[in-house]
Amino acid sequence: MSLNDILDRLFPAGHMITVANQVITGQAQTAQGMVAVLGTTDAAAIDHAMALALADFVLDTVEQHPGRPLVFLVDTCGQALSRSQELLCLNGSLAHLASCVDLARRKGHPSLSLVTANAVSGGFLSFGLMADLAYALADAQVRVMDLRAMARVTKIAHERLVELATTSPIFAPGAESYVRMGGIAAIWPGPSADLLASALADAATACAAGDRRQAEGLARGGRQLAAGIAQTVRNSATGV
Amino acid sequence: METLDFQFASAPVSRSAHAALCGVVGSGNLEILVQAGDQPATCQVSIKTSARGFGATWQAVLGSFAASHPAGGTRIDINDMGATPAVVSLRLAQALAEYRGGEQ
Amino acid sequence: MSLALVARKSWFEATARARLGGLLDAGSLQEILPPGAAQPSPHLAALDLPGAFDDGVVIGRATLAGRPVLFAAQEGQFMGGAVGEIHGAKIVGLLRRAVQEKPAAVLFLIDSGGVRLHEANAGLIAISEIMRAVLDARAAGVPVLALVGGSCGAFGGMGIVAKLCSAILISEEGRLALSGPEVIETVAGVEEFDSKDRALVWRVTGGKHRYLMGDCAALVEDDIAAFRAGASEFVATWQEPLPSVANLRATQQRLENRLAAYATCRDGLQVWAALGVAQPEAVPLLDRDSLVALKEGLPT
Repeated sequence: MSLNDILDRLFPAGHMITVANQVITGQAQTAQGMVAVLGTTDAAAIDHAMALALADFVLDTVEQHPGRPLVFLVDTCGQALSRSQELLCLNGSLAHLASCVDLARRKGHPSLSLVTANAVSGGFLSFGLMADLAYALADAQVRVMDLRAMARVTKIAHERLVELATTSPIFAPGAESYVRMGGIAAIWPGPSADLLASALADAATACAAGDRRQAEGLARGGRQLAAGIAQTVRNSATGV
Repeated sequence: METLDFQFASAPVSRSAHAALCGVVGSGNLEILVQAGDQPATCQVSIKTSARGFGATWQAVLGSFAASHPAGGTRIDINDMGATPAVVSLRLAQALAEYRGGEQ
Repeated sequence: MSLALVARKSWFEATARARLGGLLDAGSLQEILPPGAAQPSPHLAALDLPGAFDDGVVIGRATLAGRPVLFAAQEGQFMGGAVGEIHGAKIVGLLRRAVQEKPAAVLFLIDSGGVRLHEANAGLIAISEIMRAVLDARAAGVPVLALVGGSCGAFGGMGIVAKLCSAILISEEGRLALSGPEVIETVAGVEEFDSKDRALVWRVTGGKHRYLMGDCAALVEDDIAAFRAGASEFVATWQEPLPSVANLRATQQRLENRLAAYATCRDGLQVWAALGVAQPEAVPLLDRDSLVALKEGLPT
């Protein structure tokens, strides 16, 4: 589905959105009022320029439109893989972007992200996973690495990984795994203004509730240890 | 991975309140956790190792350790990534010394 | 005995526990979820791999030069210090504890390639949780100091986490980046990044370069005592700023200016020359004190 189709279905009441250097920025009308729309398209490999453009737009929104919700559209194949990008500390620009999203949350901007096509590791971490709630379209690819590459790096037989992937959401690529792990709130059958309206309402609640992903992962049975361990560490008497 | 369990008779060691840990689960290395066990004259050992088929070697190395050191009344857990017998013996002696020293 | 005669203990070569032993006040270390109370990762066991009792990270509380601190120390020798479900949850829990307990600082001894592929989804989400938890601790007024000088550096998601901390203390041996040189070489070719060229890797990702560029606050010797001295000074003097648009705007401007000035550079040597270093080729040979003096003398 083209970006324009996605935008028209999410925002039938109207949108003013531009794309430059695979970076999406603009405003759109929803049932809850105006929202700021930003993200990347065409499986962008996130580099300094993209991260800084997104960060700049988040800061503009905080300065010019207090409280306006942020809707991230995520389509990234990960980070740009180049020496010149690393030379200038690409992780620093991604961290800066994440800090800007986090500041917006603290200033009362609810946020949600929608994975429209691809969400891969570093690119996903810097903004998609920083939103209060993340969603994915049904045919979206969400992963750290595909199983063939994973087999090569871990030296575990590909067939073994494929077999385990059918039962374990811990490493199996796919949005469904991320739902069970608590990282993605829900999968949408397609872009929809109605689903967006209810997600924006949920994001407003989530914005105030803090990071609930461990609890969600536990409730959905995908991540059974993290919530309990974090709670134990938080509350345990020391010296034991 | 292979899981191995052994029990050896060994002279009792004085009980320590603190567990002792030695080593790291890195390539060619292992970690050994020594804790108080429930049988004063027995050293119970449980091993998880990445290298299959070395049960007899483990039994020999651990048996020699239990015979030459007072390790009765301990429970020893090992996570191994292919350490050599020499490294295993060294780490066992270090871990037991730390356990006896009561160092946290 | 003079200081020079005291044997230097390499941070790079030490285990996480040995680093903590020399970093923190003697006898003050209280581990949370110590090995006897913890469980190795069941996800590694499912893949037929031995786990570690602490899942590769030691957490707890201690004092540093008398001040209460919380700490998390990653063990680079176990699975490359990579973040799995238990490993990540321990760090998240510690950072949330910091919000309640308000220690003088959280010391984060990073030594990690990022996400543990064997638990890829759990690791990626955990790193995202760590990112938010670091920012929550800082917003609560608790500074988080990253200490980077281990054999695995700070890469992948942990490179992002490091840059979210209040400050980074790095050694010349320390490396900080997003993608590892091996990954770039595999995907983009050896002409793009020769991962076997150690000197080049250090000129692009190493501690001296990151310090010269202002990405790390302090450069220390590869010596546990030097990390202790640097961390003590940080904890004694750092004032954690509240999150603000003004601060992020300033960072935005600095990063934009830097990108405009150096976007075409491909080697530390080029950037250092552009920074005003008279003899960039001498930088790799300078000792720590000379490099700090060089940086302080650069035009701003």
